[in-house]
Amino acid sequence: MSERLSAADVAKVARMARLNISAADVERYTQQLDGMLDHFADIDNLQLANVQPMTQPFPLVNVLRADVEQPCLDREEVLGAAPAAEQGRFRVPPSGGEDE
Amino acid sequence: MIDNGLPEGWELVVGLEVHVELATKTKLFSGSPNRFGDEPNTNIDPVTLGLPGALPVLNQHAVELAMRIGLALNCTVKPSTFHRKNYFYPDLSKAYQITQYDEPLNVDGFLMLPGGVRIGVERAHMEEDTGKSTHFGGAGGRIHGSEYSLIDFNRAGVPLVEIVSHPDVRTAEQARQYVNELRAILVAVGASDAKMEEGSMRCDANVSVRKYGAELGTRCEIKNVNSVRSLGKAIEYEARRQIDVLETGGTIRQETRHWDETDGRTHTLRAKVDANDYRYFLEPDLVMLAPDAEWVERVRAALPVLPAARRTNLAVLTGAEEDSEAVAVVVERGQDTYIEEVKNSGGDPGRALVWVQQSFAEEGNAPRLPAKDLAALTVLERDGKLTATQAKTVLGDMLEAGGGDPAAIAATKGFEALDTSVIEGFVDEGIAAQPDAWAKYCAGEEKAMGALVGTIMKLSKGKADGKVVTAILQQRRGS
Amino acid sequence: MSNFTSAISIAQNVASGAQSAVSVVEEHLQRISQREEEVHAFNLVTSTEARERAADLDARIARGENVGPLAGVPIALKDNMCTRGVPTTCSSKILEGWKPPYNATVVDKLFAAGAVFVGKTNLDEFAMGSSTENSAFGPTRNPLDTSRVPGGSSGGSAAAVAAGFAAVSLGSDTGGSIRQPAALCGVVGVKPTYGLVSRYGLVAFASSLDQIGPFSHSVADAALLTEIIAGHDPMDSTSIPKPAPSLVSVLGRGVEGMRIGRVADLPEGADADVLARLDAAFIALEKAGATIVDVKLPSLSYALTAYYLIAPAEASSNLARYDGVRYGNRVAANDMNTMYADTRAVGFGDEVKRRIMLGTYALSAGYYDAYYGKALKVRRLISNDFAAAYANADVILTPTSPTVAFPFGAKTDDPLTMYLCDIFTIPTNLAGHPAMSVPFGTGQANMPVGVQILAPTLGEEAMFKVAAVLEGAA
Repeated sequence: MSERLSAADVAKVARMARLNISAADVERYTQQLDGMLDHFADIDNLQLANVQPMTQPFPLVNVLRADVEQPCLDREEVLGAAPAAEQGRFRVPPSGGEDE
Repeated sequence: MIDNGLPEGWELVVGLEVHVELATKTKLFSGSPNRFGDEPNTNIDPVTLGLPGALPVLNQHAVELAMRIGLALNCTVKPSTFHRKNYFYPDLSKAYQITQYDEPLNVDGFLMLPGGVRIGVERAHMEEDTGKSTHFGGAGGRIHGSEYSLIDFNRAGVPLVEIVSHPDVRTAEQARQYVNELRAILVAVGASDAKMEEGSMRCDANVSVRKYGAELGTRCEIKNVNSVRSLGKAIEYEARRQIDVLETGGTIRQETRHWDETDGRTHTLRAKVDANDYRYFLEPDLVMLAPDAEWVERVRAALPVLPAARRTNLAVLTGAEEDSEAVAVVVERGQDTYIEEVKNSGGDPGRALVWVQQSFAEEGNAPRLPAKDLAALTVLERDGKLTATQAKTVLGDMLEAGGGDPAAIAATKGFEALDTSVIEGFVDEGIAAQPDAWAKYCAGEEKAMGALVGTIMKLSKGKADGKVVTAILQQRRGS
Repeated sequence: MSNFTSAISIAQNVASGAQSAVSVVEEHLQRISQREEEVHAFNLVTSTEARERAADLDARIARGENVGPLAGVPIALKDNMCTRGVPTTCSSKILEGWKPPYNATVVDKLFAAGAVFVGKTNLDEFAMGSSTENSAFGPTRNPLDTSRVPGGSSGGSAAAVAAGFAAVSLGSDTGGSIRQPAALCGVVGVKPTYGLVSRYGLVAFASSLDQIGPFSHSVADAALLTEIIAGHDPMDSTSIPKPAPSLVSVLGRGVEGMRIGRVADLPEGADADVLARLDAAFIALEKAGATIVDVKLPSLSYALTAYYLIAPAEASSNLARYDGVRYGNRVAANDMNTMYADTRAVGFGDEVKRRIMLGTYALSAGYYDAYYGKALKVRRLISNDFAAAYANADVILTPTSPTVAFPFGAKTDDPLTMYLCDIFTIPTNLAGHPAMSVPFGTGQANMPVGVQILAPTLGEEAMFKVAAVLEGAA
């Protein structure tokens, strides 16, 4: 194993991605992801200094829409699909302090 | 060295981040209404709710307003891109906010404070607002100790512009002035109603202190400031807090602190386990925004005269100081054009400024009193036919009636300004009646003048012009 | 060619009154009831709605209405396209039971064209996979040999057409998810130019790579479907601001004088039987008057790496919205972060979790430049390679899949093994170009082999001309 990625890395990434995975799964994913990163190391030695990154296949500019009201969704239909709703709003447990 | 209210040798360094809600009809990336105060979750669509399959499309008018803000702040409009700022929070429906990161729309501007201080503006970029969480079950609606939260997405997706200043602010007062001036500009260009109390303008301050000449200190970000007044108080508190820490040998931890209006202090937000890594990357669902030169010029040409220029113009018109309160107040109320009308009707603009500042607080930017009527009043004053006190009474009547002929009103009240020679006579009588006061006044006791003026005014039955009386007394004393 | 009636024929028959839409739909529902239990192409068969819709179409046709170019054509939709009021699950537990309150643009277009929806098809969860073995609701089986996979991620849509459950179907393609299952099931599958078909209402996997496209038995049906679903959509900012191209009309033009590119440095990995069919395809095209030219795509071998860094990165962000707050299934908890973490742990399958973590890592502080940032540059290299190649060739031919359909479980031990299924399809998505798979004979175990036709941006015309000739020669 090349150890590009440790179990601690995977545990940290899982937390960042809000995925509650067991210790056993962390081990398994670490092995698999590390193997992948090993394979992906083929790009490490490419000369990319003067290459422009490509994010969009078809370069468009200034796609805009007029500031005109469109029909809204029906609140009952939307809240009906919600796991928990109250007083016309979505209900969630408290955040435990991670304010933005 | 400026008076920043801090112990000697300490310099205050403040940068301000202001978020402004734009006055568009619809949201930044979708067509549901941008409206305050509607029933929760009624202004929603797939994009606002972050439904699977939804895609953003940029609001043209939001771009227009964002450019107005940038150009009014002397920025350069540049080709710009949008990025995703990824984090989890229930009022962020996609778990990422679409914002502008390293290529913002407006860069490198500045704002002049009344009085001439220049505050650099680093950038003014576009981003979307989040929904609103309300916390229940705990004490005081605060998130700590709450049992659950309810989320309303009406505000989610509302267009924002974030205006980031350079850390050029050096006093709490400058910070207040910056925010007030910025607000006036935003309202003048029609970009926002910028009301801090309603949340359409939000202000965060980055505060640090240092000894003059030293390197920049560690800064803390202060949030939850809900008024301009609080902003000043929060900055002052935070500066002193930091100085206390440093002077007792401690170090400042870079953090976000929450201003508490009730106890007048800033508090650390609960420490986070992992500092947020936002994993910014270019938003693949949007394309580059590059307003062409024609569009930029159209926006620039359509900008109204901005508050700073209006203050300059009013000062020139009236002879008042540009940074005087009268000029600031009258421009803020939008009554400077009225004073121009008074001048054009032959009135005295200097006197008009005084009256408008004093008596037109409730009039708004289109005072009911016809400009020609106020003009006539100021002419009577200027020509010495009415004292200031008399003019004030006449003005009161005119305002109540919504107009009137000041000369006629004065006549009905028997007002006439007295001849200077007649006033000289009353001064003689007054000095004779108050020999002690006169002696004290001649000896240099300025306070003694009060008694003299009072007697003289009574003798003249209020018809003597107070300014003329004072001038005569000073002249006779030889000062 | 298949024994099933083409969509074009169905539409003609129904519109002319020669056959009722109701009888057409009954035929297809009958085949579904016979084999669906075995094949499991669908997450949901909407038989009631389909019958009602068919009856309504017949009534309107009887009144003399023109109901559109797909009159009465039974269509299946991959279950990652939003259908209002009809469950859209992406074959994931986290969305099980969720009914979208709106339609994807392509759904509206097909409906306006007179189509009859027969159901939502199975897929690898959130379109991540190459075999449909990653579905949370059980795999789909290849109708031609039910011990083998149909390919993925659009395995259900490919199987539905192969088994005659629908005349045509829609899938989505991010790294080959239409073309590869098309090849494995012996049907035609098209990935249009990126931006040609609206993504509004397609549940996003990787936003800069995803495209919707058709499965069909005939090239003509694929051309018709592509015409109908293509065209500018103001609801999608990446939608190309042009009207849909005209493709059915070019099908008979032949390939005389066209230059067909053969990749001289094709990555290894294709089985001999697959390569043999590719050779045969080149011969057929030469016979039809085309010239074969060698092209080089030196960066092609890095395409897999670039894709498996870019796609998971975008996916990690696109899938962050599945948090149990507003829709979908929630695992209750006393605090928000636990709710998120448990909801997602339970709701997402293995492969999805893996890709989310890989993508999060590739974007994270300290690693962006080495992974995501670099991958974007490799993407540029690949795009440049194609640009150079298309200076000398009108289209390029490669295998679609390195192998014929493989048995269940054959590639599930190591995720990388499965990823290698996409080596020939991924480069097109990175470049944003169109490509399609056309069945061209059989290989091992008598399973179908597909040949892939690649074309430059908005080169659908050339692509379909070549496809039509290959279809005739297959």
